[in-house]
Amino acid sequence: MINTDVLVIGAGPTGLFCAHQLGIIGLKCEVVDNLDKIGGQCIELYPDKPIYDIPAIPECTGEQLTNNLIEQIKPFNINFHLNNRVEEIKKDQNNWFIKTNKGIEFKTPNIIIAGGVGSFEPRKFSLKDCEKFEGKQIFYSVKDKTQFKNKTVCIFGGGDSALDWAIELSSNSKIILVHRRDEFRGVQASVDKVKELEKQGKIEIFTKYQLSSLEGEGEIKKIGIKHDDGNIKKINADCVLGFFGLIMQLGPILKWGLNLDKKTIKVNTENFETNLDGIFAIGDICSYPGKLKLILSGFHEGALAARGCFKYARPNEKLRFEFTTTSKSVQNRLGVKKDD
Amino acid sequence: MSKITYIEHNGKPHTIEVSNGLSVMEGAIQNNIPGIDADCGGSMACATCHVYVKEEWFDKLPKKEDGEEDMLDMAYEPRKNSRLSCQLIVSDDLDGLTVSLPEKQA
Repeated sequence: MINTDVLVIGAGPTGLFCAHQLGIIGLKCEVVDNLDKIGGQCIELYPDKPIYDIPAIPECTGEQLTNNLIEQIKPFNINFHLNNRVEEIKKDQNNWFIKTNKGIEFKTPNIIIAGGVGSFEPRKFSLKDCEKFEGKQIFYSVKDKTQFKNKTVCIFGGGDSALDWAIELSSNSKIILVHRRDEFRGVQASVDKVKELEKQGKIEIFTKYQLSSLEGEGEIKKIGIKHDDGNIKKINADCVLGFFGLIMQLGPILKWGLNLDKKTIKVNTENFETNLDGIFAIGDICSYPGKLKLILSGFHEGALAARGCFKYARPNEKLRFEFTTTSKSVQNRLGVKKDD
Repeated sequence: MSKITYIEHNGKPHTIEVSNGLSVMEGAIQNNIPGIDADCGGSMACATCHVYVKEEWFDKLPKKEDGEEDMLDMAYEPRKNSRLSCQLIVSDDLDGLTVSLPEKQA
């Protein structure tokens, strides 16, 4: 069980800057994110796209912004728990008890939800039957590639994940690659490689096809794929892999008893606390009259929410307002060295 | 103002006057049409404003920009007449446009 002043859910720009603000006022925090890397949407959706509306930064990419934020919170040695999604929260007296899907447990008086539009999850096949076979014969990621050895593997998708795994697995498995259109959006080198492997007979490619049925009793033996023109083909397959990118889902947050407005959490604008004491929401996931879904708004919200946490974390102390330019104690927390 | 008709997956139609210059997605969000999520807010970074354009309209629309087709790969049940509604800007040319909404967006 990890004890901390604040648990921040979400390692996007808003969560990162909020961690900075917590550090500035002397509160400890831990950060949890479902992705395998820090940066949230900035890293997952647009690492190379320029952003033009961060105050005092005329232009930067999602990746640069993330790197700068990581640099800015270095003095606080914050622990990140990546690949973890918060599943359950429970309140006992003044503390929240939190458990992630990987079994990490936290005890804290404060939770700040900076979850963007939810956690990133793999997009799945729309065919209902697929659920039954998930993790057995249908997969959305590859954890152990040896399980596909000497099998017929049908891979769906046209991006880098689909192409990379088609290439990688083709050395030990029979690969069938299926994509909904003729163009593949992966990098050209991978597209070329796949085409070359097709010529060598190692990969079979079907384009303008989508999954239409699963065949077999209790076990997939064949799958049906349907062409744009309505034609259906039946092909043998032992395993089916789908790589359709990620979607964002609120997931377990929906069940925590928070006041929700569609996919957002209602907060007050004084300290961005929700209807539950000690739970705050900031960034894209929060809503209030006039809410703007901009990164700069998330920074502001995080600064106020951090201060809102203080009363629960240090009930017997009073928070003093201090500037980083002049406060000795803040500069100590930042590790600023002065030679005077 | 142009008339845009959104047909929910269950068949329920909504005809709305949308100001020229807004996207078909924004028209739906501002009028609380169920079935369009628009998680990313119109930056072509998700595929949750996916619509099916009525056949006779499909060829009249401005062509897809780079990236829209890539995002559509990730949409729920994309078809030949799929578009991202955030990329369809309402103008007099689009007056009368009808789009159908998929069963779900994610």
